[in-house]
Order: sequence, then structure tokens, then C-alpha cells
Amino acid sequence: MADLTTDFLGIKSPNPFWLASAPPTDKEYNVRRAFEAGWGGVVWKTLGSEGPPVVNVNGPRYGAIYGADRRLLGLNNIELITDRPLEVNLEEITRVKADYPDRAMIVSLMVPCEEQAWKDILPRVAATGADGIELNFGCPHGMSERGMGAAVGQVPEYIEMVTRWCKQYYDKPVIVKLTPNITDVRKPAAAAMRGGADAVSLINTINSITSVNLDTMSPEPSIDGKGSHGGYCGPAVKPIAMSMVSEIARNPETHGLPISGIGGVTTWRDAAEFISLGCGNVQVCTAAMTYGFKIVDEMKSGLSQWMDEKGYTSVEEVVGRAVPNVTDWQYLNLNYVAKAKINQDDCIKCGRCYAACEDTSHQAIAMSQDRTFTVIDEECVACNLCVDVCPVENCITMEAMQPGEVDPRTGKVVEKEYANWTTHPNNPGAVAAE
Amino acid sequence: MSSPMTPGIAAARLPEDTLAKNFTDLHAPLAPHEAAVAADRCYFCHDAPCVTACPTDIDIPLFIRQISTGTPEAAAKTIFDQNILGGMCARVCPTEDLCEQACVRELAEGKPVEIGRLQRHATDTLMAKQRHPYDRAPETGKKVAVVGAGPAGLACAHRLAMHGHDVTIYDAEAKAGGLNEFGIAAYKSTDDFAAREVDWLLGIGGITIKTGMRLGAELKMDDLVGCFPAVFLGVGLGGVNALRSAGEDKDGVRDAVGFIKDLRQASDLTALPVGRDVVVIGGGMTAIDAAVQSKLLGAQNVTIAYRRGRNAMSASTYEQDLAASKGVRLMFNAQPVAIHGNGAVREIELEHTSDDGTGLKGTGETIRLAADQVFKAIGQTLTTDGGLELEGRKIAVTGAGRTSRAGVWAGGDCASGGDDLTVTAVAEGRDAAMDIHATLMGSK
Ligand SMILES: Cc1cc2nc3c(=O)[nH]c(=O)nc-3n(C[C@H](O)[C@H](O)[C@H](O)COP(=O)(O)OP(=O)(O)OC[C@H]3O[C@@H](n4cnc5c(N)ncnc54)[C@H](O)[C@@H]3O)c2cc1C
Ligand SMILES: Cc1cc2nc3c(=O)[nH]c(=O)nc-3n(C[C@H](O)[C@H](O)[C@H](O)COP(=O)(O)O)c2cc1C
Ligand code: SF4
Ligand code: SF4
Ligand code: SF4
Repeated sequence: MADLTTDFLGIKSPNPFWLASAPPTDKEYNVRRAFEAGWGGVVWKTLGSEGPPVVNVNGPRYGAIYGADRRLLGLNNIELITDRPLEVNLEEITRVKADYPDRAMIVSLMVPCEEQAWKDILPRVAATGADGIELNFGCPHGMSERGMGAAVGQVPEYIEMVTRWCKQYYDKPVIVKLTPNITDVRKPAAAAMRGGADAVSLINTINSITSVNLDTMSPEPSIDGKGSHGGYCGPAVKPIAMSMVSEIARNPETHGLPISGIGGVTTWRDAAEFISLGCGNVQVCTAAMTYGFKIVDEMKSGLSQWMDEKGYTSVEEVVGRAVPNVTDWQYLNLNYVAKAKINQDDCIKCGRCYAACEDTSHQAIAMSQDRTFTVIDEECVACNLCVDVCPVENCITMEAMQPGEVDPRTGKVVEKEYANWTTHPNNPGAVAAE
Repeated sequence: MSSPMTPGIAAARLPEDTLAKNFTDLHAPLAPHEAAVAADRCYFCHDAPCVTACPTDIDIPLFIRQISTGTPEAAAKTIFDQNILGGMCARVCPTEDLCEQACVRELAEGKPVEIGRLQRHATDTLMAKQRHPYDRAPETGKKVAVVGAGPAGLACAHRLAMHGHDVTIYDAEAKAGGLNEFGIAAYKSTDDFAAREVDWLLGIGGITIKTGMRLGAELKMDDLVGCFPAVFLGVGLGGVNALRSAGEDKDGVRDAVGFIKDLRQASDLTALPVGRDVVVIGGGMTAIDAAVQSKLLGAQNVTIAYRRGRNAMSASTYEQDLAASKGVRLMFNAQPVAIHGNGAVREIELEHTSDDGTGLKGTGETIRLAADQVFKAIGQTLTTDGGLELEGRKIAVTGAGRTSRAGVWAGGDCASGGDDLTVTAVAEGRDAAMDIHATLMGSK
């Protein structure tokens, strides 16, 4: 069993799986049970300032998108930050941290964009003994209308300013949680770094409407006939989150800034992927909300098995391994040529590859009278669409052509040398290859 | 070569390749694609009913999820943590009465998640890849005797060895495995799986098996208790009940378990004789197995005669259907009264029965069936009670297999409580081991 212990910003946890700030971490009862179930740490549900807490709607707050067999792929919510009094939360945090000293305890905060507000709350958070704070600059609904959450997260200058206050009035690690509801995530990340953030975490939820009730003509989840956009999360957002993570990881300005990866982590593999893209750990919300705390068992066993198989002895060793391979399109090797190949033993003759290729792509799959499907190498551009639509995993594979072979589509010999768009003759801005 | 029509008891009724086909896996192993699709159907239920229904409490939702995330080896560990004979159980458990009956998708769609086959997929994957997945704790220097190398004894021995104890298993037979080796239907344990599993299990170290040692003959209970601070009995039910009908001693009349044992040990199925007209007396798993395997060997007519009605039959509906699908005739409310024949059996005479609520009675009406072979499958009994107190016809136990004698535990078929199933034997052996461990280490 590989060692899953992680050290993120000096905060140790027995594994890299933390629960993200959300309902699973909203109270002592939940967090204790989460720790008993084996989670490495939690980011407590976002706290607001002293005074009357926010109120939530009293009707449905979630909407969902399903895959086959009603598998939950995406969840959207219109929940706000904690609706329980600050004092109660702080007392609970203190008690739980004292009882679970080996687990990471991070307190998520969202208070108005005024120095005094932060000055007031930070000492009280420090008194709980928690290991660090996470600034919620991400919540896309309800709070941003009040000038908090995503409203701050969309303005890099505010992020920098608030982060600086936090570093000034709090002496443990400060993590800045980023909103994806922005065009270029590198900007807020860089701002956080300038403000002195120890790390960024991302993503928070994405503005979304999951469905419209066509009888009442109101978006879901609808409250008394009206709906509001909510925050989208779950497996469906993982690709967006990973892209954003990789942008920050490979941006020279923020390269090396620790990242806590969030967004759709559901299995060990998701976690390994986030980690390979530069995350020091991952946070999970929807998977726990869908399957319960026990889901972490699979994440731990799977990550550990995979690390053993690959010979990695610590999570640290995996962090950022894939980052050097994330590049811009223009640097991809245009001399790499592949062809789709259908394994006839695995093929169940459904014809989906044919429909996809014939109707919408390159007419590169032939269908015989007896429903045998074969790739026409003369036409195949290796787009991968057939692979993606085939219901049988690994039935269609992409086979790389070897240098020296002739690509039957272009009639050209496959070159051994790497060559990209920047030097391609069709590129008006091409520079001569050195 | 003979044929199914050849009268009497004859070998080679079917050609070799037909026999080989007949005795391959009842449920073929899942191919990777099939496993992925089957695993995808699991809902990862909370406090899952399938787990409650598994006598060894395997964390089924977890192992299925581990399969679907591409780590069947981790899935196998989840299984073996609870049930070290998870490989055999995946093949022989009557899942239709256990985990799969409880699966919520049985309720929803009448099609449970295929837990048994997924379990086999995981355990086969690990066993093919890795010798033995557990490390033994440092040696404790404590010695334990286990009598019986069936599933109960093996599970007990493994758990004890894992905790660092030094285990000696004694078995009366020349081979370990108990009914896994000698009793389970051949199409459930193919490719010598029982023996391969025992070898793999012994990979833990710290277990010595001594065969040809029978308690009550070569071995004495008092000696064992004198030499070992803890003794576990997993001797099963080796005895067979008598039919008590006239003519029972005729040639061609034998115990079903003996026949199955010969079949399981046969290196060449074409050399194994079977009758043309076979009648099996009984209503349990053994009756079904004897009947089905007779049919698969090429018997022309095979009848199971059971003295009660269909609902009282202990063989599950699934097993009854299996037998029917292989061409076995199921006859209900028929009890044997006489076996006819001159030296060898030629006919069996059965009396119809009825039960009006005051107990089963013969109606006086009889019929005769042609029979050149009759198998008795009317229940097994203890071969030795080791001088322990009994409850009914089994060794009385309380808690985790504690018998009436201090320092002696029992589990599996020979002990009171629980169904006579491989998986129950494993659970009882494992739990007794934990109790023995606690006792030896002085925490109890
Ligand atoms: C024909 C048949 C088919 C079956 N099919 C299934 C099935 O499909 N699924 C299922 O779950 N269950 C099945 N069962 C039941 C299952 O095999 C038993 O419940 C299980 O094997 C019990 O395990 P055990 O360890 O208690 O006993 P056993 O498997 O009977 O093992 C007892 C061991 O003790 C040894 N022994 C006995 N007496 C002595 C002695 N005096 N001294 C030393 N050693 C001794 C024996 O040689 C044997 O190795 C079947 C049973 C039979 C008879
Ligand atoms: C119901 C709900 C409430 C949430 N509340 C908060 C919150 O209070 N503070 C916060 O920083 N993020 C909040 N989030 C966002 C999650 O922490 C997380 O960033 C997001 O759900 C993406 O991760 P996932 O795909 O694993 O769910 C909430 C998410 C959900 C579903
Ligand atoms: S999940 Fe619980 S609180 Fe929410 S609607 Fe269902 S029962 Fe009510
Ligand atoms: S999509 Fe896959 S399974 Fe279907 S015909 Fe094409 S190759 Fe065969
Ligand atoms: S009951 Fe069925 S669906 Fe639920 S966890 Fe068990 S196998 Fe999966």
C-alpha cells in the first residue's frame, strides 16, 4: 500500500482527499462522521460575518443532469453559505479539530470586502485551532448579489487586496478559492499570488440552469414557479476544472503555486489526474453528496494501488507530472499520424461509429452487407470520434503510423521529425525551422 | 463406446468433447466489457441489503465500485478481507438466495446486479496476478489445531496464521479442501480450482496440513486439547443417512456424495460409469447436483424423487430450474418404499404422499420406475462429535463457535446454527479464529 500522506502548505493529512466547503462539511455531526469514514481533511462550509445568518430557500435547492441509468453527472445548487450562527460553527470547529488533530481542518470564509470585517473574524478563526483558511471568492449565486463571493472573485484587484489583509491578520496558510465564472482564470490566480496567497483552490461552481419545467415554464430547481441560475458541479464539470488547473500550473507567473483541485472528483482516477496536473490534493463535494462518505474508500484504495503499480511512493511524486505535456495547439506534432482500427472480435456491430463518421465526419468507415465495419485508411483523419461513440471500450483504437510508412490518405511518407504549426508552410506567419 | 441408451451402469455414454463441454463453467467468467457493464449497474447503496445478506459481510458496493474504476485487484482485497475463500464462494454461493436476492435491482427490475460473477472477476484477476496478498503478523509462538480442511477449517486457519499463530490442520482425507474438493458440482469448480485455491491460501505461511489423520481414529480429542491451547473442529457432515427401505443394499444403490466424490476426483470423465435410468432420492442441493451431473455424464433418464411438495424442497427455484433445463425430471410427493432387482437394482417402488397438516403420510398408492442406479441424497450426519455436547444432530456452539469444552471451538456444517453452505462455513471459521485469537492473546 503506497503512502497517501500529504503535506499541503505544511498541513498534514493522512490522504489527499478533502471534503470541499459545502453541505457535507456544514456541521460537527457531518464532519465527525466524515473523519470516521476516513477523509483526510475538510474545508468547513463557508462562514459569514457575525450577526444574523443568511437564509436559504425552503424549496428545492438542487437540480440534476443524468446519464444512462439515472447516474448523476451534474448537480446544480442555489444554496448560500452556512445558515447557522458564526459562534456555533466556531465552537464546533474547535471541538472537532481537537478530537482529530491528524486531519486537515480548513475554515472557508466569505465576509464583506472591508478590512474591518476580515480583521474581526480572523482572530476568532485562529482561536479554533484550524489549520488554515480558504477564501470563498467563488459562490456564483445569492452572495455575489451582495458584493461577495464571485463578485469579488471576478475582480483580480479585490482578490489581491483581501488576500493581503488575510495574510496580515492571520498567520496560518491562506487558500484562495477561485470561481470558474470568468474568462481567464490565470488573472485571479496571479492576483491571489501577488496578495500573498499560499495556494489557490478551484473550481467553485459554474453558473447554470439544469433544466426547464415545460409545464410551468420555470427553470429547475424552481421555487414557487420561479428559478434562478445555480452553481453547477459534479462529474460534468471536471474537464473544465482540469483545464483551469492546468492553465494556472503552466503559467510562468503562477507556476509552482500550490493548487487544491476541485470539480467532479468522483474516483481515484479523477484525483490522480488532478494531481498530475499540478494539484497537491483534491477536494470533493458532489461525489460525497451522491454516494455518501464511504466513497472515499475506493478513492484511497484505487490511488494507492495505482501508485504501487507505477512505483510512486508518495503523492508528492505525482504532483504536476503531466504539466510539462500540457501545451498550446501550435506546438503539437503535425507529423504524428494515426489511424483508427476496429477490433472485429470486440465489435458488436451496432453501427454507431459508422453513423458518426459517415454523417458527420470523413466517411472513413465502411459497412458491409453483413454489418462488418472497417476503417478506410485512405479517408481516416484519426479524429477519434468513432472511438468516443463506440459503446465497447477499447474496441476501436488509435494506432500510430511508424516513420517511413506512407499515409494512404495523403500519400506522404510519415516523417520521424517533430514539426508543428509554427513552421508549417500553410501558416502565413510561419518561421523557418532552425 | 456406449451411448445414453446402453442399459445398466456404463462408462463413456457421451464422447469426450461433449463431456468436456458439459462440465465447463456453469457461469462463464465475465469478459472485461461484461464486467464493466455489470459493475455499472450497482447503485452503491447505503448500508446495502446485499451486504447484510452475505454471511461473510463482504463490502459488495465497494468491491463493485473498485471494479468499475479499473482496480479489480483492490476489489479482490475487499472481498478477501472478509472471505478468504471468496473465489470459491463466487462460484458456489446460491446467490439467488443470498446477496442477489437482496439486491435492490432485483426489487426494481427483477434483475439483480451479478454480484457472484463480479466477485469471480475480481478474485480471478488477483489470484492470476499475485501469489498471496496478505502478510503474516510476527509469530506469536501460539499453536492451534484445526481439524478438518474444508472451508470452515481453512478460513479459520488462514485468519489465525495471519495473526501470527502457528496452525496445524488435520484432515481424514488424503487431500485438503473438504467438500470444495469432493462435493461441489464439477461445473462450479472447474480447472481444479479447489486445489489451486488451497495452495494460494497456504501462501500466507504458518499453516501445516496433515492428511490421513482422522479424529476418533489416529487423533484423540484429549490429546489435541492436551497439546494445543486452542482446537477448532470443522469436520463437516461426513456421514450419510440411511434410506431404510427394503432392497437398499442392492448393487447400484449408493450415496450421492460418494458418486459426486468419484466424479470430482476422476481424471477421465469417459471412464466414469453412470446408469441409464437414474433415480435420485432427496430434495436438496446434493440431490440436484447428483441428478444434473448424471445427466451431463449421459444418463438417459434422470428423476429426482422428493417425498414432499415443491415448496418444501430445500433446493432453490433456480436450482430446480437448472435441473429441469438439463432434462432432469422432478417428481414430488413420492417416497421410496422398496428397491427391486435380482442382485442389482432394476426398479424403484415409490409411494405417493400427502400432508393434510398432521404430518407426511403415504397414500398407499405406489408406482415403479425403471432404475439401474439409485442415489441417496437425504442428508448428511456427523462422523464424530469429539465427545462434545450436541444440539440436535450437530455440535452445540454459542457465540463465535465456542463448544461445551473450554479451548475447543467448532464451525461449519458440523456446528449448530447457520445454513449448510460454503460461505457460512467460511464466516464461522473466520469468526471462531478471531475469538481464538482474542482468547490466546489474553484479551478475553
Ligand atoms: C454435494 C454437495 C454439493 C454442495 N453444493 C454447494 C454449493 O453449491 N454451494 C454451497 O454454498 N454449498 C454447497 N454444499 C455445502 C457445502 O459444501 C458445505 O456447507 C461446506 O463444505 C461445509 O464446510 P465445512 O468446512 O464445515 O465442512 P466440509 O467441507 O465437509 O469439510 C470437512 C472436512 O473435515 C474432514 N473430516 C471429517 N471428519 C473428520 C474427522 N473425524 N477427522 C479429521 N477430519 C475430518 C473432511 O475430510 C473434510 O475435509 C454442498 C454440499 C454437498 C454435499
Ligand atoms: C450545495 C452546495 C453548496 C456549496 N457551498 C459552498 C460554500 O459554501 N462554499 C464554497 O466555497 N463552495 C461551496 N460549494 C462548492 C463546492 O465546494 C465545490 O467547489 C464544487 O461543488 C465543485 O466540486 P464537486 O464537483 O466535487 O462538487 C457548494 C457546492 C454545493 C453542491
Ligand atoms: S434529502 Fe433529506 S432533507 Fe433533503 S428532501 Fe430528502 S429527506 Fe428532505
Ligand atoms: S461503434 Fe464500436 S461496436 Fe459499434 S459497430 Fe462501430 S466498432 Fe463496432
Ligand atoms: S443492493 Fe445491489 S445495487 Fe445496491 S449495493 Fe448491493 S449490489 Fe449494488
